[in-house]
Amino acid sequence: MIARQRLVVIGAGMASGRMLEQLFQAGFDGEVTLFNAEPRGNYNRLMLSPVLSGEKTYEQIVTHDADWYAAHGVDCRFGEAVVKIEREDRVVYSNAGGVPYDALVIATGSAPFMIPVSGRDLPGVVTYRDLEDTNAMIAASAPGSKAVVIGGGLLGLEAAAAMAARGAEVTVIHLMGHLMERQLDPAAGYLLQKDLEARGIRIHCKGATKAILGNGKVEAVLLEDGTIYDADLVCMAVGIRPETRLANDAHLEVGRGITVDDQLRTSDPAIFALGECVEHDDQLFGLVAPLYDQAKVLAATLMGQDAAFQPVQTATKLKVTGVDLFSAGNFADAPGREDIVFRDPGRGVYKRLILEGERLIGAVLYGDTADGSWFFDLIKQGRDVSDMRDTLIFGPAFAGGVTANPLAAVAALPPEAEICGCNGVCKGKIITAIEGGATTLDAVRSATKASASCGTCTGLVEQVMALTLGDGFTANANPPMCKCTDHTHEDVRRLIKSMGLKSIPAVMQELGWKTVGGCASCRPALNYYLIADWPTEYTDDRQSRLVNERNHGNIQKDGTYSVVPRMWGGVTSPAELRAIADAADRYNVPMVKVTGGQRIDLLGVKKEDLPAIWSDLNAAGMVSGHAYAKGLRTVKTCVGTEFCRFGTQDSTGLGIKLEKLLWGSWTPAKVKLGVSGCPRNCAEATCKDIGVVCVDSGYEISVAGAAGMDVKETEFLCKAATEAEVMEIIAAFTQLYRENARYLHRIYKWVAKVGLDWCRAQVEDPATRRALHDRFLISQSVYQTDPWAEHAATPAEWAPIADLTLRAAE
Amino acid sequence: MTTFIDIAALEDIPRQGARVVKTPAGCIAIFRTADDQLFALEDRCPHKGGPLSEGIVHGTSVTCPLHGWVFDMTTGQAQGADEGAVRTFPMRHEGGRVLLDSDFMARRSAA
Ligand code: SRM
Ligand SMILES: Cc1cc2nc3c(=O)[nH]c(=O)nc-3n(C[C@H](O)[C@H](O)[C@H](O)COP(=O)(O)OP(=O)(O)OC[C@H]3O[C@@H](n4cnc5c(N)ncnc54)[C@H](O)[C@@H]3O)c2cc1C
Ligand code: SF4
Ligand code: FES
Repeated sequence: MIARQRLVVIGAGMASGRMLEQLFQAGFDGEVTLFNAEPRGNYNRLMLSPVLSGEKTYEQIVTHDADWYAAHGVDCRFGEAVVKIEREDRVVYSNAGGVPYDALVIATGSAPFMIPVSGRDLPGVVTYRDLEDTNAMIAASAPGSKAVVIGGGLLGLEAAAAMAARGAEVTVIHLMGHLMERQLDPAAGYLLQKDLEARGIRIHCKGATKAILGNGKVEAVLLEDGTIYDADLVCMAVGIRPETRLANDAHLEVGRGITVDDQLRTSDPAIFALGECVEHDDQLFGLVAPLYDQAKVLAATLMGQDAAFQPVQTATKLKVTGVDLFSAGNFADAPGREDIVFRDPGRGVYKRLILEGERLIGAVLYGDTADGSWFFDLIKQGRDVSDMRDTLIFGPAFAGGVTANPLAAVAALPPEAEICGCNGVCKGKIITAIEGGATTLDAVRSATKASASCGTCTGLVEQVMALTLGDGFTANANPPMCKCTDHTHEDVRRLIKSMGLKSIPAVMQELGWKTVGGCASCRPALNYYLIADWPTEYTDDRQSRLVNERNHGNIQKDGTYSVVPRMWGGVTSPAELRAIADAADRYNVPMVKVTGGQRIDLLGVKKEDLPAIWSDLNAAGMVSGHAYAKGLRTVKTCVGTEFCRFGTQDSTGLGIKLEKLLWGSWTPAKVKLGVSGCPRNCAEATCKDIGVVCVDSGYEISVAGAAGMDVKETEFLCKAATEAEVMEIIAAFTQLYRENARYLHRIYKWVAKVGLDWCRAQVEDPATRRALHDRFLISQSVYQTDPWAEHAATPAEWAPIADLTLRAAE
Repeated sequence: MTTFIDIAALEDIPRQGARVVKTPAGCIAIFRTADDQLFALEDRCPHKGGPLSEGIVHGTSVTCPLHGWVFDMTTGQAQGADEGAVRTFPMRHEGGRVLLDSDFMARRSAA
């Protein structure tokens, strides 16, 4: 036991971060100094691709923040690269000076490999390793720009897909005959290539890079076969090599990586190493799962406990949204090996199992990876599979008589089967955590770390939860709509459609409502669902609307109402302002206020005056602003190209067009838009339900922002080149929300549930997008009417039905 | 002797809705249920004065539009955890007309 020791760690990466966590958990009470060449602490490097594509922000992938380091007394030296290790005196040096150690951990990861062609030093040539690389690619992948990725492996393809998602024109140059040849066989590589090409990524296999061309900055890539691809940016992702320079200079034993024993000790007993920089048993590491095991072992070693590192098999998944691919084990052709292959070209599914004798030794799955964990488990167990060989390829649903259901694959897994590959969490451990009270995904995550790294196993974890908790899981995650029914909102929405229920009484009758007439919580929800699902057949039930929507104004605490006319895109005119001023005078409006939504609120109007004031405003050409509605509220705009010297597009005009397209539509909760004319974002578009930021090359559409009880930045949905495209995408997205979300869930809550990827897939598919857009317009043909005009026609209904005070006075 | 005052035609009050009668004793909400039962309640929630006439009517209950207290219209009692009651008034409907007992006005002026 090394007590009160001075521990110095070089490198704040995936491996050392986990090691420090384990160390502090075990009660380590020494002093820790943490050096990192990057000017920041530990973050989830695996998640750089979602940051690159815009699906996540850097802040969301930070794993240890300043508070964490402070709480554990870690002396952080971020942005300080270590330049020398003085083993004799046990001191490490950065350019800022030396720090003595009792124990030293080298966790420097790897350095990306650069192919030695001319032009590789030109500005615009990057690798893919850290946030700087990621930001450089983000900056360079504006729509229309051209990017070339050299290397069609995991990293290169993630970079290519992410830059393509940002609108860049991407070409991948790969030396081998098919993509990801280390993880995929040619057939799966071909399917992957087709999928990526369908996203507009150009793939050039068997392409050897001869030179990178450019004058002062990168301009093109030249291949040996003479092909030239233009490039504003070149990302070199051709491989990594362990970062061993410090160890070399300190004369530690280094092979391809820093040599370590089972305790992660180097040839100097006071110096340890872990992560991608090490070599253990002639093996190097490039995925995090074994590194996390190393972290555990090294933490134990530093605490003076016995532990030994045993490398485990790893499985690979590509983190490209919408591409399902899984591979594990060994799949090269060799004597004595047999294949079982399944193909369903229509669905783009390919599965190949590799058997050696009676055992499964490898699996490649493309398009349908649900059974991946099960196969991986058979590979690791090395179990005799001859008894189920006939149906093996169909997965656990058909093995051993288990009936086919979505959970069967997970149910069939033994407790030791691995669910989370990154963190090596097995099914049994998750079950133990759930049984110990972790009944939400977050709780399971914090108890076990399952699904906390690359996140691809989240679905599996949820399935284990569903299996373990049974009804408890559904009840927990998703309670019934209200006390009137046992059905959840989702069930009710589904049944309304599948059973063709077209009135509130029909829903209550057929779905067995337990109360007469429901309650104030389910009735507005049902009314909304029916409007959204049967726009041309259902008639809105005013009596099932909460007061604000029934009376088309926000009720105030004294029972008066507010009146907010639409000001399209926040633009008004002297005539409108005069009409508003006159109305305010005529009806003794106690307060006239500019709202946060770029329009004017007349507050404190008596109910019986509403029809008259509406009628006056109608006469001046104004309609209801629906400031009270679960529907479209405002489209905030900025001045854009019309007046602003920075404007790139007519943001005001587009905002008005969008408001004219969307107004009057009922939605699960309120919907607010913003359109900014340039990234200065004066219309605050990036905290709205839907935001558009104009850029030189077009329009960036992002969704799921919030600025009320929760504050959240929008997430990038997609780009559009023209105003027409923006309108179609936004109408389609709004319709997707209308058709699927639970009543009262704002867009950001709904997106968090269904996943932005799914939404994007819907609106990016041209046929689906068009159909959604058309359904939106059908609904608008009924609902885009001004409620003020309608109700102004029957003023008597807004007044008391009888006035007995007059009678008493008579 | 009770005198009923003719207030309105039944059709003037929406099903699962209410209309308001102004009286010297404050506003009274006349509710009509889905199956045409009628109730007259003081239009003032005991919580913070919300206009019950603007609430959602379900079965023989109404939910206050301001903060969601639920009242049983047959008794005027708040339901569930909330404590309080609103005054109720006798009424009936006859030949398509809605009639309100005028006693409360008399009693009030007598008091
Ligand atoms: C009038 C206005 C304040 C103002 O004077 O500026 C306002 C007034 C009210 N807001 Fe708001 N909100 C107003 C802009 C906002 C904004 C800012 C914006 O739209 O840019 C926000 C934050 C952005 C957002 O929605 O994410 C905002 C977030 C809320 C929320 C929180 C919503 C959430 O999901 O977190 C509520 C509560 C709710 O809806 O349940 C709310 C609810 C309300 C209600 C309706 C409360 C109520 O039920 O009585 C207020 C009605 C006042 C009245 O009597 O008319 N108001 N409210 C603004 C009207 C804008 C318009 O022209 O339509
Ligand atoms: C874009 C991307 C996606 C990936 N996706 C996956 C995936 O899905 N699944 C998976 O298993 N793996 C994935 N990986 C690989 C995984 O990130 C690595 O295996 C892992 O990060 C290695 O951890 P490490 O701690 O050894 O090194 P790193 O995480 O690289 O950390 C090393 C740190 O040491 C610092 N350092 C280096 N030299 C010095 C010095 N002299 N002084 C001070 N600091 C120094 C570096 O700046 C760096 O911050 C991905 C990698 C990338 C880049
Ligand atoms: S913040 Fe909005 S809801 Fe709150 S008091 Fe102001 S206007 Fe009302
Ligand atoms: S005023 Fe009725 S519930 Fe608050």
